[in-house]
Amino acid sequence: MGLLGKTKAELAKYATVLRSSGKENSELNDDFEPVVVREKTEKKKEEGPVEMTACSSCKKEISTSVMKKNLCVCPECGAHNKISAARRVRNMVDPGTFRKLKCKVPFVNPLDYPDYEEKITKLQEKTGLEEGVLIGVGEIHGQKAMIAVMGSEFLMGSMGIAVGEKVTYAFEVADKNKLPVVMFTASGGARMQEGILSLMQMAKTSAAVQRFSDHGGLYVVCLTHPTTGGVSASFATLGDITLAEPGALIGFAGPRVIEQTIGQKLPEGFQTAEYLEEHGFVDQIVPRSEMREVVGQILKLHERKRWPL
Amino acid sequence: MMREIDEKLRAIEAEIEELSAKTDDYAADVRVKELKSEKKKLLRQCDNLTPADKVFLARSIKRPKIDDYINALFDDFFVQRGDFLNKEDKSIYGGIAMFHGTPVTVLGHRKGRNINENLEFNFGMPEPEGYRKALRMMKQAEKFGRPVITFIDTPGAYPGLEAEQHGQANAIAKNLAEMSSLKVPIIAIVTGEGSSGGALAIGVANSVYMLEHAVYSVLSPEGFASILWKDSNRSAEACDLMKLTAQDLKSYNVIDGIIKEPLGGIQQNPNKVYREIDALLQTELAKYKKMTPNELARNRYDKFRYMDAAIIEAAKKEN
Repeated sequence: MGLLGKTKAELAKYATVLRSSGKENSELNDDFEPVVVREKTEKKKEEGPVEMTACSSCKKEISTSVMKKNLCVCPECGAHNKISAARRVRNMVDPGTFRKLKCKVPFVNPLDYPDYEEKITKLQEKTGLEEGVLIGVGEIHGQKAMIAVMGSEFLMGSMGIAVGEKVTYAFEVADKNKLPVVMFTASGGARMQEGILSLMQMAKTSAAVQRFSDHGGLYVVCLTHPTTGGVSASFATLGDITLAEPGALIGFAGPRVIEQTIGQKLPEGFQTAEYLEEHGFVDQIVPRSEMREVVGQILKLHERKRWPL
Repeated sequence: MMREIDEKLRAIEAEIEELSAKTDDYAADVRVKELKSEKKKLLRQCDNLTPADKVFLARSIKRPKIDDYINALFDDFFVQRGDFLNKEDKSIYGGIAMFHGTPVTVLGHRKGRNINENLEFNFGMPEPEGYRKALRMMKQAEKFGRPVITFIDTPGAYPGLEAEQHGQANAIAKNLAEMSSLKVPIIAIVTGEGSSGGALAIGVANSVYMLEHAVYSVLSPEGFASILWKDSNRSAEACDLMKLTAQDLKSYNVIDGIIKEPLGGIQQNPNKVYREIDALLQTELAKYKKMTPNELARNRYDKFRYMDAAIIEAAKKEN
């Protein structure tokens, strides 16, 4: 990377360039672009036998279109299967109101990790996402909010520089425009391929949440399957209101690592959303079908000016 | 390489110790002289260490521990225990102390000098209670206008059942968030190994320094190899790839400076390193004395906000 051998003064200069590019007095529109939110796979419409998807929990074969109509919740057992970021956004916002946050982060490979760029390019083509998080402004029951949805379909929603930068920028724009932030987390944690700079995204994003919060911003988080590692230990667990989807795996260390450390099998239901609720780290568990209602309700409850007026 | 040198050094040091106990023994004196020159020769071989060598050194049980640093650098140390919520986590050690007439809050990971101490201190791997204790101390430091000095030396957060049950993720996240806006200066020094969120949870500082042979990484090399290649035995390969040495991290803008160690590591002459840290802390504190509380918080926010700005800008130009 071109960074090696740069003096501190040169680095500071770069930082200033980036800082001053944050448009201070811009209209909200300058930060966003219109976008058609659609899963890549939806384009193909083939004739032929009905496509089937197996539920990740009960393993029953369900017709894919039924599954998608049901927001990827299994009609047989109620398991909340993974849902793509695009589908989630469409499910949450009022039709036609979503505009994507303008925040292009170029590909970076700080460790020169072999074949990393090819991997990312392939994922971008396959998922239609720029990176592991999809962010924009939209309306939920007529209330404007910054909406961020992590995509577990993009390298497990792991957080590298791009995800960290986008999330941080989203909080900064929301702060500037006095918008609430609604975040759906789904992540395996820090992106190992980017090394220490992935770890530093934890500090960067947490600091952005803290500043947003200090300025009185409302931050609603919904923890979805899975939310672990560096994301769970940063912006995912710093919400004013914390929701979770039924059955989601939520924790810091992975269950396999814990079993190896303590040398015994983990209890049934360990690190699930229900387990977290029981131990006092989740406000409410909300089924996917009710998520939009509930988030709408939370936004409404925070809409009024604070007391005393 | 370091592992073999270390074995030889240990044997030599043990023999020197044994011989030194004998008084008025001319033959023993001669042998000691011989051994000492052999040791010097061995140490001279330590001037070109690989990342894996540094990981080995960083984990050495002979490296000074947090209480050594506190004894050497501060006066009137008053230990503080407990998170005042659930329990006392002994893997984090700290309290209030004087530094050249200035009261400071000092804290860090605590590793042991032997297996019993390590079991007692959980090998320096904090549970949520440890982070909450650290946060309690830091918030108190803010209240009384004391600078915070942290020493990082941990294999990482403790992956245990209770740690999860008691909200490990949340405890780390809170520290990151609260530290980012603390209105007193924070100075962090990575003295041994700094792994994962367990290290960063006391590492969001205005200035971050590393000892020359310390390492700092997103995860231990074993964990890194296990996640990416499903094979923790490939840790040596991971060491080469991860850019975890002080020299690499300085070039990435992740740390502000490197504190030199004697050949063979700090344990060969700790006092020399303590003197350097002492001078460094004085310079740093003098620098931050000129900033207002809000400027201090802003300085720290910007440090982490724009830490990777250069790398992003450079990539933009390339494309």
